[in-house]
Amino acid sequence: MTELRGWREIPIGGMILEAGNSVEYKTGGWRAFRPVFGEAKCIHCMQCWLFCPDSSILVDPENEKMVGFDLEYCKGCGICASICPVNAKVIRKAGEELARDDPRLCIRMIEEGKFQE
Amino acid sequence: MSKFEALTGNAAVATAMRQINPDVVAAYPITPQTSTVQTFADFVADGLVDTEFVCVESEHSAMSACVGASAAGARVMTATAANGLALMWEILYIAASNRCPIVMSLVNRALSAPINIHCDHSDVMGIRDSGWLILFSENGQEAYDNLIQAVRIAEHPDVLLPVAICQDGFITSHALERVEIYDDADVRAFVGEYKPQWPLLDLEHPKTYGPLDFYDYYYEHKRQQVEAMEHAQRVILEVAEEFNRKFNRNYGLFEPYRLEDAEVAVIVANSTAGTARVVVDRLRDEGLKVGLLKPRVFRPFPAEELADALSHLKAVAVMDRSISFGAMDNAGPLFLELAAALALHGVQVPMADYVYGLGGRDILPHEIERVYRDALKVAETGRVERRVTYLSVRE
Repeated sequence: MTELRGWREIPIGGMILEAGNSVEYKTGGWRAFRPVFGEAKCIHCMQCWLFCPDSSILVDPENEKMVGFDLEYCKGCGICASICPVNAKVIRKAGEELARDDPRLCIRMIEEGKFQE
Repeated sequence: MSKFEALTGNAAVATAMRQINPDVVAAYPITPQTSTVQTFADFVADGLVDTEFVCVESEHSAMSACVGASAAGARVMTATAANGLALMWEILYIAASNRCPIVMSLVNRALSAPINIHCDHSDVMGIRDSGWLILFSENGQEAYDNLIQAVRIAEHPDVLLPVAICQDGFITSHALERVEIYDDADVRAFVGEYKPQWPLLDLEHPKTYGPLDFYDYYYEHKRQQVEAMEHAQRVILEVAEEFNRKFNRNYGLFEPYRLEDAEVAVIVANSTAGTARVVVDRLRDEGLKVGLLKPRVFRPFPAEELADALSHLKAVAVMDRSISFGAMDNAGPLFLELAAALALHGVQVPMADYVYGLGGRDILPHEIERVYRDALKVAETGRVERRVTYLSVRE
């Protein structure tokens, strides 16, 4: 947590006078649902990396593989799980709701409070 | 050399805008302001200014365009009235909070409903907590002079707040009066060149305006606005002093008239102060000790200075051209604020409020005379019989 500054010490009008500082704003605390990575099922298509609005998909640059989530910034929006083509192929029986935490999924969304590693 | 011209208040304001030559004007027509920007649009079309004139589809958009242009680093002006100002309301706060030194000519007109295009002060009183500086003008000359000074006040590094310059709709905005127009070069030298400190268009130093600002910093930014308001009074006086010296005027926070040895005084802003001055002279001829105080600066409110100026009086009558509905005694905002100022500065003087002229209802010398005679009676008895009077309303 950065130390909060007084009104004389900050730019007026809420201006932010430097660029590229969103990295300083850790948004992981906003999360209600946490994405969980099913590594064995991942085909490394990078769709989640492409769609993630917070650049929170971690990729190993050596072998260009998806390796997990940057939970300091991930807001738990679930776009990765919804765009994941492996998730889309999970076969459902007629009338069966696809559960967010279905163990067959590549990316599962699990309630933050109930999450256990 | 300056020259005297017969101009309406709006034409005087448009002339000031031509001389100031702002980078951007974004405005939408609304009676009784329309002829200001219409005249200014002629100046743009005739190539007399370098201004980018932005035609918009509403006042909300006009003020939004002004905020964007001001953040970009431009010197920005606009004009509006009544319902146009009301439609700007959301963005007025954003202009002040983003510290955009926009200058606006506000031609005071009654707010609807019932619909009415004539003068009262209900429009400006609605924005008194918005963070804008607010100055009143008695006539076209003052509207012209105040607009020129407003540029310097708004852009002062210790202020950086938007300024609204008021004049009375139709009474001032459409009446031809003798106005001294200063030399273009003198006005341009007085306003100088605007050097924005944090222009968005400075691509070498990218920055953000208007980001999310939560419980951790929003309050600190509001505190900064208070600081700017506190500096504003000194800056207004400094700018006035320089203006007075250069153009031979006499601007301050307010204008006293025959007040020094007066026993009673009327406080009234904008055009009615001119009528009241005539009444003061007439009553003085009868030997009555009456005076007048005409507020110029309403935001920031010069409470201590007003209390000082009125402390010797035996009765004070405030004239309000609007009502603060539901406020104490359903009085007008000028009365309420002045009453608080006097009370808190230890000035014990009987006060009464006279609401007048709503929706452009004429205010005549004999009515102002009645206010003075009431005040003289209060001075004699020390007792206010009626706190708020709705002057000249038909029963």
